[in-house]
Amino acid sequence: MSSVQLTNITKKFKDVTAVEDLNLTINEGEFFTFLGPSGCGKTTTLRMIAGFYYPTAGTITFNDRDMTKVPPEKRNTGMVFQNYALFPHMSVFENVAFGLKVRKLNKSDIKRKVMDVLEKVRLEQYYDRQVSQLSGGQQQRVALARALVIEPDILLLDEPLSNLDARLRDQMRTEILRLQRDFGITTIYVTHDQVEALTMSDRIAVFNMGKCQQVGTPLDIYNNPVNDFVAQFIGETNLFPVEPEITDEQIKVYKLKDSNFKIHAKHKKSEISDDKHSGLYMSIRPEAVRLKNEKMEGNNVVEGVIEIVQFTGASVHFFVRVDKSITVRITRLNKGPHTYFNEGDKVFVQLPEEHIRIVPKAGE
Amino acid sequence: MMNAENRRTAMLLIPISLVLIGYVLYPSIETIIESFKSQDAFSFKNYEDFFGSKASANLEALWNSVWISILSVFFSALIGVPLAFIFNRYDFPGRKFFSSVAIMPIVLPSLVGVMAFMFLYGEAGLVPNAIKDLFNLSEVPFSIGGVSGILIVHAYTMYPYFYMTTSSALRNLDPSLEEAAFNLGSNRFKVFWKVTFPLLTPGLVAASLLVFMVSMASFSAPFLLAGGFRVLSLQIYFSKINGDLEMAATQSVILSVVSILFLLFMRWFQERKDYRMASKGIGAHRSEVNNPILKWTMVTIGILSMIILLLPHATLLILSLVPEGAWTWQTYPTAFSLENFKLLFEDPNIWDPVRNSLVMSFIACIGVFVFGIITSYTLVKRKFVGKNLLDILVMIPWALPATVVGMNLILAFNEKSIFSFGSILVGAYWILPLAYFIRFLPLVVRSTNAVLEQMDDSLEEAAKNLGAKWFYTFRRVVIPFILPGVLSGTLLAFVQAVGEFPTSVLLYTLDNRPISIEIMNQLRMFNIGQAAAYGMIQVALISIVIFISDKFLGIKAERSL
Repeated sequence: MSSVQLTNITKKFKDVTAVEDLNLTINEGEFFTFLGPSGCGKTTTLRMIAGFYYPTAGTITFNDRDMTKVPPEKRNTGMVFQNYALFPHMSVFENVAFGLKVRKLNKSDIKRKVMDVLEKVRLEQYYDRQVSQLSGGQQQRVALARALVIEPDILLLDEPLSNLDARLRDQMRTEILRLQRDFGITTIYVTHDQVEALTMSDRIAVFNMGKCQQVGTPLDIYNNPVNDFVAQFIGETNLFPVEPEITDEQIKVYKLKDSNFKIHAKHKKSEISDDKHSGLYMSIRPEAVRLKNEKMEGNNVVEGVIEIVQFTGASVHFFVRVDKSITVRITRLNKGPHTYFNEGDKVFVQLPEEHIRIVPKAGE
Repeated sequence: MMNAENRRTAMLLIPISLVLIGYVLYPSIETIIESFKSQDAFSFKNYEDFFGSKASANLEALWNSVWISILSVFFSALIGVPLAFIFNRYDFPGRKFFSSVAIMPIVLPSLVGVMAFMFLYGEAGLVPNAIKDLFNLSEVPFSIGGVSGILIVHAYTMYPYFYMTTSSALRNLDPSLEEAAFNLGSNRFKVFWKVTFPLLTPGLVAASLLVFMVSMASFSAPFLLAGGFRVLSLQIYFSKINGDLEMAATQSVILSVVSILFLLFMRWFQERKDYRMASKGIGAHRSEVNNPILKWTMVTIGILSMIILLLPHATLLILSLVPEGAWTWQTYPTAFSLENFKLLFEDPNIWDPVRNSLVMSFIACIGVFVFGIITSYTLVKRKFVGKNLLDILVMIPWALPATVVGMNLILAFNEKSIFSFGSILVGAYWILPLAYFIRFLPLVVRSTNAVLEQMDDSLEEAAKNLGAKWFYTFRRVVIPFILPGVLSGTLLAFVQAVGEFPTSVLLYTLDNRPISIEIMNQLRMFNIGQAAAYGMIQVALISIVIFISDKFLGIKAERSL
């Protein structure tokens, strides 16, 4: 087991900067996720940790060992590739045994270890199959077993669930988590799926345009996003540009851009370093917005018309138009047909002050 | 910055560059230099002679080569494309069998094929004479020879290019595209011209260029059939025989320029037009022929074309059973026996060429196998500056007509050179294996490239990640993955080397004379039976190889993907 430290990592491919000045510490035994849209630099970072790329600048250390220029075969990391990269000419057993053969273990040890790990991933009866005869989920588990059997210091998972269908993905999520807890292994997980990130991780690093935007626990990231990108990328949100009006110590009032709505917000000073930031947004989660058919007490109440109702089963989404340019999205749990509104209903919407976050525009 | 990866690339590139420079680039350059030499001084005299009025034969030969090639493309397409349509689009009794017979011309090595045609349709051929006797005519009703002979042989041997590319294009064509066009209200005619045909054009153009190149380079057909008719590939041979190496070099350069221009045009075209179908899992789409008249017409056409296609093979078999002296002045052979095959194993003089061909092809194939894998791996999986250059260098022997490859080797190795380790290779045993190696290297590299491109980089990365060093990964992951593809490519190279005629005729000596040379000698001595028996050996070898590739390697290749 190892901790991983990335210090001032920059990676350039010719003129394109894939990762810029990245600093991260991943603790021992932690389930750490790199989350971001495609092309954000998360896979590049993972491949630098695996040793397939060398950083243009900066250092990578495992525990306190400098690994920046160590070739991949000497790093003792176990990687699960997006396409699994199973050797098509080998059986399940031979695939899993590959890393052990390289390490020159004797035959009986190899057999024991391979069968042990296959049991852990519940594939022991498939050991002599060709990998092409397995289903997607089974191939995925072979790839996991192959990475785990070498007892790696770090487990690297590169979008491992993206090729599976939704139901299997749920199942494998639990499976991976169970194995990670069993082995207690430091794990770095790359994904663009926020649900995976939120449900599995101890901590998440959100990437965009080669830069790490925020590092924190899932709770932290969801509830206290540091900028508009993070707020928008993780979960659903209502994001509107605002301008500061009164910036008192306790009470702050903002004006929605291109309209006359005043927004009252409560927040601690530390959340935004500077109110005179190039651009400010207010963000409020759809489940935090209140919706009624009569006027409510308090600040931030506006009148609107229900434009779209989406029924998803567990919850109901309402899109309320309050202005020419502003539609508020509201999510409510499904509490029976009598609580539904209909399209065209006149309603009142409240954006509770304590749930509003004022965030700056993400830096370029 | 020289990290471990770059060092490894360099280690791979050194032997590759040495071999390619030594045996591809250097000989080509020697030929170019020779073409500018006149009495040991630099001059354009050879080119002036070529294009000037003094030796109009050359210009005439170039022109003949070009128009023969254009007509060959036309006739090959005329046979290949409709056949592909009939066999892929309609279902009728025997369709599968007929469609497998349709590619039978490829099992005939060119020289053997030409020979079979000569005895089938030539002046003394079996078919014209049979018709003559059947209808009591005073003269044979028709016979092939000269231009018509060359064209018929070309059409017969080259239409499979059209047949195969059209078939595979039709198989890959998503039927829903045509259905969409019908759905939008087009009629059959419009669907064909607006949807099907445009999607086939890339394949058709590629096949046309290929046939054009192959027939520009064609040597065996004109060699045996041309008579007084001049084509450029043959002119090179005559210049060499007459000892005019400078003119042979000049003719080689001009023929090469035409061929390479076509190769470049082909590459450009393929990169420009690439309609790769996005949809997956395309099912075959055949309409069953229900109209009984149409159905039996098709079956009849199938049977007839099968007979025509297999007649050369049958002729070869019959001829091989004619013992020496049993068919000289007679219209038909007078006796049949297995004597020719028996002699192969009894008379060392007759067995020698077979052994020579097998041994030399085997040596060449070990070379192309090892070197092909390394070259292809480096080209596909390694990053380095000058990759395009290397790619072109590897493909040059493929674009060059065989006659030119032979001339290049003669001009490069008729004196001592470092690449021949200080000896003169011309007139030595080793020059033929070397020629086969160069000729068939592109074939193996291409077939290996195709499988390597299928191999995702993540496989190598996974092996490294699990702790395997480069060589271990190469041995245990890369080689097993590509082996079926490489082997089928190498086997194909082997049979082609056994049948190779143009370079053999330029480079052979008494010690290493291969089968094709002996076929020619036997023909000269009118010992047709023995020549045909040699031909049968080649046909059998090719059939076995195609069978092995199809049954074993094909299946294996599928399973590994």
